[in-house]
Amino acid sequence: MTDERELRVSKIESGTVIDHVPGGKALHVLAILGIDGSGGEVVSIGMNVPSERLGRKDVVKVENRELSQSEVDVLSLIAPAATINIIRDFDVVEKSRVSRPESVTGVLKCPNVNCITSEKEPVQTRFEVLDDGVRCVYCDTIVREDIADHIEV
Amino acid sequence: MRQDHIISAKQLSRADIEAVLDRAARIAADPGAYANSRAGALLGMLFFEPSTRTKMSFAAAIKRLGGDVVDMGPTEYSSVQKGESLADTVRVVEGYADALVLRHPSEGSAKMASEFVNVPLINAGDGAGQHPTQTLLDLYTIRDSAGLDDLTIGIMGDLKYGRTVHSLAYALTNFDTRQHFVSPVSLKLPRNVRYDLHETGASIKEHTDLDAVLSSLDVLYVTRIQRERFPDESEYRAVAGEYQIDAATLSEARDDLTVMHPLPRVDEIAHDVDATDHARYFEQAHNGVPVRMALLDMLLEGSA
Repeated sequence: MTDERELRVSKIESGTVIDHVPGGKALHVLAILGIDGSGGEVVSIGMNVPSERLGRKDVVKVENRELSQSEVDVLSLIAPAATINIIRDFDVVEKSRVSRPESVTGVLKCPNVNCITSEKEPVQTRFEVLDDGVRCVYCDTIVREDIADHIEV
Repeated sequence: MRQDHIISAKQLSRADIEAVLDRAARIAADPGAYANSRAGALLGMLFFEPSTRTKMSFAAAIKRLGGDVVDMGPTEYSSVQKGESLADTVRVVEGYADALVLRHPSEGSAKMASEFVNVPLINAGDGAGQHPTQTLLDLYTIRDSAGLDDLTIGIMGDLKYGRTVHSLAYALTNFDTRQHFVSPVSLKLPRNVRYDLHETGASIKEHTDLDAVLSSLDVLYVTRIQRERFPDESEYRAVAGEYQIDAATLSEARDDLTVMHPLPRVDEIAHDVDATDHARYFEQAHNGVPVRMALLDMLLEGSA
């Protein structure tokens, strides 16, 4: 049964499958990975696939690419239930759940235009992760909604 | 107290605050005893925005401790004009001074600058962020006039952009206080400040009208509503006019109400209040010297 649904998106030989992404958030996941199609990556997406755990979920498969820790950290903010499967030779060689980090560095842009990180200073953005959002450690601005909109690409 | 930098009121515990205020009180009682306590110390002054009280009282404070200032001067005559980053500027100036005082228009500037230097750095105002040394002198004034525990305080005016408000509100959560915030809806406390206050379990209430709380207050802390926060002059006048007080307004208040203001004021406190027993804002400004002397004395003690 599941196989039939899974087959809507074909298996990949090697790369990463990000599963259990909340329905409709797949494009945000691509934004986190910095993928907009121009780099030639082979990507398959399933959107709003029925899921027992989430009701509807998205699945993202990226060939020949594994995720960095900072990418996983930001992913956890928009897809806290996501699972990450690393595939080699069509087999899942590693499966892990994301966990929320204490902070994320250099990935989100502070929405406060008057924040020092918005200026030409040699500093990376850093956000403390709260229960229900993130907070700029420099200017204290809290972001709760649409965190993915603030990803620096 | 062992603090490397003074960036935000959030880093100050009740014990830290009381240590500074106690030393400030000893200094105020006998300033001569401290005349050489920091002899030879140099304070680097980096003011990227105009300042009268903060800058002059820091300069007075270090000089009254036997030290002196090295001052970057107005930004139009410094390397800032050539496009130098703040990070570079502070790294250069830390070589000239034993501690730095920074005022900058961007929120988070002091926090970032502190990551680039090894001498103590004091935030003297970062945009609409924090102004912790103003808070210390505010607390000193409140302690002297009304006491810091079992205190009912009203904080009125521009609560959204007012950095003195953000610092003070947080620092007061270390004490047994009830805080009433009075402002137009458009200038309410920002989300991050409300978040922090709720996290501490503080007693806070928000109002749009001073009449609702005036008679219950021990202290009324008034701040300026700035013209530039409004799209047009008429809207500004209409809103700002509702948050001005005069001697007649205060007839509804308790006799021992203390009225404070970080200054400069424009119209929000009428001059007829100056002559009443309520007015403590000039004394508040004067308290900037012993309080900053105490703070500098303690910071330089740790790094000398």
